[in-house]
Amino acid sequence: MKTFNYHTPKDVKEASKLASTSSAFLAGGMTTIPSLKLGLATYKDVIDIKSIKKLSGIKVSGKSVTIGATTKHAEVAASKDVQKAIPALTKLAGNIGDAQVRNRGTIGGSISNNDPSACYPSACMALNAVIHTNSRKIPAAKFFTGMFETALKKGELVEAVEFEVPEKADYQKHPNPASRYAIIGVFVAKHKKEVNVAVTGAKSSVYIDKDLSKKLTSSFSSSAIEGMKLDHSEMNSDMHASSEYRANLVSLYAKKAVEAC
Amino acid sequence: MASLVGSRVERKEDGRFLQGKGRYTADINIANQTYAIFVRSPHARAKIKSVDTSKALKSSGVVGVLTGKEIAEDKIGGLIAGWAIRSEDGSEMKVPANPPLAKDIANFVGEPIAVVFAETLDEAKEGAEKVKVDYKVLKAVVDPADAMKSEAIHDGVDKNLCYDWLLGDRKAVDEAFAKADKIIKVDLINNRLVPNAMEPRACVVDYNTASEEITLYTTSQNPHLSRLVMSAFGGVAPENKLRVVAPDVGGGFGSKINVYNEEIVCSWASKKIERPIKWVAERTESFLTDTHGRDHVTHAELAVSNDGKFLGFKNETIANLGAYARVFGTVTPTYLFGPCATGVYTIPAAYSNVKAVYTNTAPVDAYRGAGRPEATYTIERLVEKAAMELGIDKTEIRMKNFPSEFPFKQTLVHTVDSGDYVAGLEKAKQMADYAGFEARRKKSEANGKLRGIGVSSYFEACGIAPSAAVMSLGCGVGLWESAEVRFNPTGQISVFTGAHSHGQSHDTTFAQIAADELGVPMENVDVVHGDTDKGTFGMGTYGSRSLTVGGIAIVNACKKIVAKGKRVAAKMLEVNEDEIEFKDGEFVALKSNKKKTIGEVAFACYLPGQRDEMKSPIPEGDEPGLIESSFFDPANFSFPAGSHICEVEIDPDTGNVKVEKYTAVDDFGRIVNPMIVEGQVHGGIAQGIGQALHENTQYDETGQLMTASYMDYTMPRADNFPEFNLGFTCTHATSNPLGVKGCGEAGAIASPPTVMNAVIDALGGQEISMPATAEKVWKACKTMKKSNAKAA
Repeated sequence: MKTFNYHTPKDVKEASKLASTSSAFLAGGMTTIPSLKLGLATYKDVIDIKSIKKLSGIKVSGKSVTIGATTKHAEVAASKDVQKAIPALTKLAGNIGDAQVRNRGTIGGSISNNDPSACYPSACMALNAVIHTNSRKIPAAKFFTGMFETALKKGELVEAVEFEVPEKADYQKHPNPASRYAIIGVFVAKHKKEVNVAVTGAKSSVYIDKDLSKKLTSSFSSSAIEGMKLDHSEMNSDMHASSEYRANLVSLYAKKAVEAC
Repeated sequence: MASLVGSRVERKEDGRFLQGKGRYTADINIANQTYAIFVRSPHARAKIKSVDTSKALKSSGVVGVLTGKEIAEDKIGGLIAGWAIRSEDGSEMKVPANPPLAKDIANFVGEPIAVVFAETLDEAKEGAEKVKVDYKVLKAVVDPADAMKSEAIHDGVDKNLCYDWLLGDRKAVDEAFAKADKIIKVDLINNRLVPNAMEPRACVVDYNTASEEITLYTTSQNPHLSRLVMSAFGGVAPENKLRVVAPDVGGGFGSKINVYNEEIVCSWASKKIERPIKWVAERTESFLTDTHGRDHVTHAELAVSNDGKFLGFKNETIANLGAYARVFGTVTPTYLFGPCATGVYTIPAAYSNVKAVYTNTAPVDAYRGAGRPEATYTIERLVEKAAMELGIDKTEIRMKNFPSEFPFKQTLVHTVDSGDYVAGLEKAKQMADYAGFEARRKKSEANGKLRGIGVSSYFEACGIAPSAAVMSLGCGVGLWESAEVRFNPTGQISVFTGAHSHGQSHDTTFAQIAADELGVPMENVDVVHGDTDKGTFGMGTYGSRSLTVGGIAIVNACKKIVAKGKRVAAKMLEVNEDEIEFKDGEFVALKSNKKKTIGEVAFACYLPGQRDEMKSPIPEGDEPGLIESSFFDPANFSFPAGSHICEVEIDPDTGNVKVEKYTAVDDFGRIVNPMIVEGQVHGGIAQGIGQALHENTQYDETGQLMTASYMDYTMPRADNFPEFNLGFTCTHATSNPLGVKGCGEAGAIASPPTVMNAVIDALGGQEISMPATAEKVWKACKTMKKSNAKAA
């Protein structure tokens, strides 16, 4: 690991000021630390935001669930308020990685990193989340811009994620047997006027499957999408799963999610 | 006194391991030590045009940089192949030089080219980045099946062929096949596995400039053997100036048998730079450079009669040695594989032909079971397929071909001294509720799932091994084991063994044995291993040999202690020696019933003189002290055997395979500690299920290891297993006085075919290769659906 300057800013303003083209915000460090150790990334400044109190915590109102950026997966998984409002979200958080990861990894870190196999981005997309940063509010649909890429600008920091409470929702994932990241993960959310089927792991970045969403919007039942063949031409194909297999799993797990709703 | 042998004594080592008090190589630090980082080839095959160390030498904190040029100049020897195997035509095997630091050519990704020593680890890494190696990249040979058709990667090794070995009689086999009703054929891949010991390899070297002695702390399964190899072949130091210590070692599975490049280089370099050196592998280095296991491509055939009798067996295998032949690399696919490939069956004619090839991949060597899992997989897939094709129950066809009596003269090499294969399989059937399977299959079907049952009956040759036998087969050393028992004056006992525990619980098992033999509490016995300065000599731990060879040496040394104790007690009690009986730690004069405890006798042994009224207790002709040693060389291998039964359920929509039930019935002879044996069986089965369903080592066509981290290499986890249902039968080995057979590898030997037979049964007989990953199984389910639809 190359040496770097380690900062512990007291507030978001100070954190933002420290940011440069050669800096990284550090929350749980579940990606940043291994990247540093393996020499995949080098930074001049590492800005640890864990001690900024404002960034952590969960707020639940009738219509929304707002989770602070440095809130750990284990905290979301254990939250009775979230469980009551959006049980699919506690289920998702409770199945990320393993206990060690869940006790360090954070929602802000997960979505800012936008790993194509991460679980949380699918929840953001399906639950029409709004990403609160220190300078603006970004709808999830505009936040995830590509593989490991987001709409965040230099010095811009995720402060919280605000999820819309749906009528029903469920998350299903087929874990990679080695890493237990999602080979694919499907988040189905039934809102008053629409159904969103968000998919992670299948393509270069999280996306809404329009065909599945449309069919389920007109009829929210597993029979509506039973055996639906999906186009796999843009899906990932690697040593863990072919695109054809992934397409089969997306369709299958969407059905499982509807059944679990 | 109740016997300790046979009881579930809690492990003596648990206290230190569970409290994090283990002392591993990486825990050792020497004042003034430097840190080593190796510069490794990023290419699978490349000429090394030049190595420029000038910038690295100027880098902050760097103490020294050494390359293949310097190690060659100092005439330090390379890594060795421990067994000389001859080809069918009588020619000697072809073994390329394997220098500790590659000088002219690199032959696999991760092969060390240079080493940088620095004051801190970070500075060593920084320095290593500044070593400039100019490579000319060459086309790599990766696939073992293509190796013989590819360009030779080593000078003097035509067709990349190390040997073309034959065991058995081709003519007899052809005749048997000509008479057969049916020939059963299988094409198998025994997938390459990365051993993944929990503790990565490491070494710490301390060169004493005054005594000129090198102390090497290292992660070895066999420290004495390491010293011998490093001294005799490496020329690192004379044996009496080299101390090798393998302290607590966190798992080996065969991958820590070899003396590796890093140990040789650091030992040599410590003397050169006159500084202690520490090197600890990172996990990626373990993936790239630990010796791997298995990697066979096999075509095998079984000739059968319509009533299910086995008539002949042939086995044509290509074994991938990787880039170099290592210690057990050449024997694993030959004498550890071929003789066991006819399994637990009487087959009148058989042969195994193995072509061992070099490729630009990590060297392949012994891995838990070494050759015997590959053998068992071959025969047990054939037997299961024969049962299916002949329409005979899979347990019945096995029973039909089991030997009717023991000793069982096996087709190719071994004479199995004892066993009862029928009893083992009957017990397994009963424990697994074999009869109730069809009902369970129907229930799964009703839930849209596919259920399969698989059986395998295995035997293996372990307790490695009789020196006369192994040396006649090409082994470079004899595989006896030694022990020394020191009965200290105050009654505490130190048992020194040449075996090495890296998870086998020798501290406990060996103490149980010695305590029983000497009639003392187990707490009085300490087992000492892993240090060439402590204890006589030893060949180490692998091939399930520690108890069957090392344990017997301890028994024999204890018997010598008791024999001397008898003579001393007789003198102390003023009776003849033949009037003394030793029982429960006491020497009793039969007539007078006067007695001396073994502790009193031991104390007396250290007081040879006369004082006042006390006479010397040492009989004439005896020496003072109470220390005895023994070298035990077994008369035969030992032959554990058993039958395992597995049930799987497949979700055809995802291809996920769930191991629903796993039953193992094993015959390990006498069992010293049932709890420890169960643990060994659990671990072995877990590894075997890993091979069958999860572990998928993949190189791309340029020789890059694609699965070089836990992000991509699937280690099996606890939630992949059901509770294992274990049972035992017991026939005593006749080749050793304890009647023990060895249990360390059996689980990994029996389980891959058991699981695969179950998977293939669920798939209606459709062949599928290991590992049966979800996607592969899903595809097979789709094919099955299509052919079922056609049939309908």
